[in-house]
Amino acid sequence: MGQFFNPQDLGAIAPELELMLFGMILLIADLLVENKKWLGLISLGGIAWSGFFLYRLHDSIGSGIYAYGGLLTIDHLAWTFKLIFLIGAALTVLISMRYLDIEHEQHGEYYALIMFATMGMMFMSGAMDLITLYISLETMAIATYVLVGFLRSNQRSNEASLKYFLLGAFSSGILLYGMSLLYGIAGSTRFIDIADALDQRSLNDPISLLALVAVSTGLFFKIAAVPFHQWTPDAYEGAPTPITGYMSVAVKAASFVMLVRVFMIALSPLHQYWTIILSAVAVLTMTVGNIAAMTQTNVKRLLAYSSISHAGYILLGVIAAYNATVTGLTAIQIYLLAYTFTNIGIWAVVVALRSREMIGEQIYEMNGLAYKHPTVAILMLIFLLSLAGIPPTAGFIAKYYIFAGLIETKHNTLAVIAVLNAAVSVYYYLRIVVAMFMKESTDKTQLSMSPGILVAMSVALVFTLWIGFYPDPFINLARELFSS
Amino acid sequence: MDFFRQHILTIVAFWPLAGMFVLLLMNKENKALIRWWANLVVFSGFLVSLPLWFWFDVSKSDQMQFVERHIWIATLGVDYHVGIDGITLLLIMLTTFLGPLAVLSSWTAIENRTKEYYAFMLMLQTGMLGVFISLDFFMFYVFWEVMLVPMYFLIGVWGGPRRLYAAIKFFLYTLVGSVLLLLGILALYFTYPTLAMQNPELAAQFGTMPTFNILAFQAMGKYLSQDFQWWVFLAFFVGFAIKVPMFPFHTWLPDAHVEAPTAGSVILAGVLLKMGTYGFLRFSLPILPWATKHFVPMMVTLAIIAIIYGALVAMMQPDMKKLVAYSSVSHMGFVMLGMFALNPNGLNGSILQQINHGISTGALFLIVGIIYERRHTREIAQFGGLSTVMPIYATVFLIMTMSSIGLPLLNGFIGEFTIMMGALQSNIWWAVAGGAGIVLGAAYMLWLYQRTMFGKNENPANQKLLDLNLRELATLVPLIIVAFWIGLYPAPFFKVLDKPVNKLVEAISPDYFKGEVPKAASAGETR
Repeated sequence: MGQFFNPQDLGAIAPELELMLFGMILLIADLLVENKKWLGLISLGGIAWSGFFLYRLHDSIGSGIYAYGGLLTIDHLAWTFKLIFLIGAALTVLISMRYLDIEHEQHGEYYALIMFATMGMMFMSGAMDLITLYISLETMAIATYVLVGFLRSNQRSNEASLKYFLLGAFSSGILLYGMSLLYGIAGSTRFIDIADALDQRSLNDPISLLALVAVSTGLFFKIAAVPFHQWTPDAYEGAPTPITGYMSVAVKAASFVMLVRVFMIALSPLHQYWTIILSAVAVLTMTVGNIAAMTQTNVKRLLAYSSISHAGYILLGVIAAYNATVTGLTAIQIYLLAYTFTNIGIWAVVVALRSREMIGEQIYEMNGLAYKHPTVAILMLIFLLSLAGIPPTAGFIAKYYIFAGLIETKHNTLAVIAVLNAAVSVYYYLRIVVAMFMKESTDKTQLSMSPGILVAMSVALVFTLWIGFYPDPFINLARELFSS
Repeated sequence: MDFFRQHILTIVAFWPLAGMFVLLLMNKENKALIRWWANLVVFSGFLVSLPLWFWFDVSKSDQMQFVERHIWIATLGVDYHVGIDGITLLLIMLTTFLGPLAVLSSWTAIENRTKEYYAFMLMLQTGMLGVFISLDFFMFYVFWEVMLVPMYFLIGVWGGPRRLYAAIKFFLYTLVGSVLLLLGILALYFTYPTLAMQNPELAAQFGTMPTFNILAFQAMGKYLSQDFQWWVFLAFFVGFAIKVPMFPFHTWLPDAHVEAPTAGSVILAGVLLKMGTYGFLRFSLPILPWATKHFVPMMVTLAIIAIIYGALVAMMQPDMKKLVAYSSVSHMGFVMLGMFALNPNGLNGSILQQINHGISTGALFLIVGIIYERRHTREIAQFGGLSTVMPIYATVFLIMTMSSIGLPLLNGFIGEFTIMMGALQSNIWWAVAGGAGIVLGAAYMLWLYQRTMFGKNENPANQKLLDLNLRELATLVPLIIVAFWIGLYPAPFFKVLDKPVNKLVEAISPDYFKGEVPKAASAGETR
């Protein structure tokens, strides 16, 4: 541990620092640059630059670097998640540039906020301490609240932002309450100390259990698990579509890495209890998400519910991770990686459907897409199959890993519920397929493609298929955590 | 040539897919080119698969041949591992044989979105072949699921009025089964390393690393605990029984068959259903021998219910295609009955009957499709006395009816007879029930034939129907030839099946051949 500040520690957070730097540059450049499109490119440059530092960090990680006296760690888990955040941010920026033009909301703050939110996430992924965790969480959350309400002339967007903000603040409060209890128990905010302190108390200690319940509730809010999911469809529907995509991949991934660290390290002595809580919540989340998605007619809401059910599968990965650490943690990482590419691909298509004349959010507005834009329809088909977990796509490998984790840890009942849910989910994904391929086209169906969207779609496609056909490199990446 | 010989299974399986990619480059307005190309691809695909039949070493038909193996996903222990034994040889030949006929039959039927149609047909062909050649369970599963997508589109886009409902029902039903199958596969996957550590015999042959190797799983079968087998059998059962389909999981089949375009029905009945029975043969029986015996009463009961119930429902159908669809339920019941008699006769008959069913039911769907293309209805009451205007059609229909009801000299007889022998050896009442099914089968098929072909041709719409044209004949004649071939000289087929079947029986009942000197000796050689 040693002294609190060590100049070398700056190197460990270089990727985050770059994002912050570029966020500030964007704010200034917004005042100077006439053509706002450049701002998008600057932010892409910033993300790439941050990615470069992240890449350089990779070889020096070993079994994990501890910085700032153990407040922050850079291990392979954090590294993979940081990569996921950067990918998510870059793809979001790519699909945003044209969208903001159409909405007449092309402002520099938008990109700056994405940078700040991403920075918050990256700190979250390495947080080993309640304070670090909470501050980075709020950095991400506050930036996201603003982004959700970015379409300031749009009522839905404002409503979504307010709802998200209120429930987010509320859940942060609950989380904070749990954290304060944990601090009271341990006298320290470090995860490791908390784990030690919990270990020494009896298993049925009411204060520990109260802390567990409060912390889990706060975390369930953040990952939108049932029964704390009600804000999701509204927030997803109202937010600018690229931000919806961003929330469904990056924000969700960040919340999960936080959840993994809290449960697997700080709360690990209570795993008997949280396994039960997580199992129940995971089953509810998958089932309710899937059933609710079936009746949606709005694509954004449908995907919001689908995203809720996906959180349920990932929770199962967390359950498996306690006994089968390798399979479980690999599953979570692969799942989120696959989900990031696939989901951004889908959102890119939804964004492309938004043109000046139509909103392109209803399922029927996709009718006959296959006649007019066969390539985009096929891309969408592949992404949907991936979400549904049909091979040979990334989504299948992801689901495979989750199921494998459950079988390996002998959670057979959970596995059966999970696979049946996966089968049921196909129903509503196919509704979109039916609209695209089996309904007559309407005159309205048209796309507004832009180079950014095209690049995002292509990247999403390549990785969706790559992970599907040859997941070895990605699995190895996720497993580096254990090889060192 | 050497290259071809070493990679023949890969080439056979991916030939249609390669053709599909070329097809995607073609202009969608140029329908003639697309049609010619798709037909060329599947027909040459059949030719490419022919060497399998000639190069296949019958004396080692219980061992995997033309094996090819490469590492695919090293971290998971997944290999690209293909090979065939006698059982899969026949199923592959059936697939490559029916494919061209199905594609040829859609020449005039599909005018709408032709390019996509043929692309999906080609993709489907690769998917089916992939299922049969896979020796890696992961790879098997990938093909098993991938195949759903083109079939879903074939039904959903080019199907009848209720196509959307039928397509989604087909997809969801099959998927529910598949995902449970996946859990069964995973359970085996995680059990293997432990068992390999405990049993040096297993470790020596297949190593102790986690693997999806089907051969390793088969060898592991005798070490698996009863409790474990019970659960995995159930998971496999749901997966495969839905595909077969066995009663009570059959309800997707009439919908899918009736709504699918003709070629889709042919492939569905001819090949897709065989995947379920193949699953039982290849996985449930050898990997879970104890559970197989344990579940015989249930399986046979369901099979017999399917035979009788399918036949009775078929009899009442007003729609020709639906009648044929329900006859499939009944015939697949026979296949399952023979399989779970668990003796060489039953299994031989069961496998041969799978081929027969592909041929006769495939042909019947083609026949129904031909009349549907002319009249746009399949209602039996609309027809009558067609033999006067369409004599060739009536003759072909007659032959295939006879093949379906198991008339001697034709293929159906050999299959059903062998199954009945097997059933009789196990339990006389099974044979009695099967016999009743045969009688009912004859009843509904002959009644159908009588109502449509005989009598007076009174419906004015039917009086100027054209007889078969050359293309339609070309789709049916090969089926007739094979029907007669199997009927008159089935020996080559049984020769190919003999050893793999004996090996299967021995895996389930190790003592079965004790006392039968010649067969025990031949089974001994293969060890």
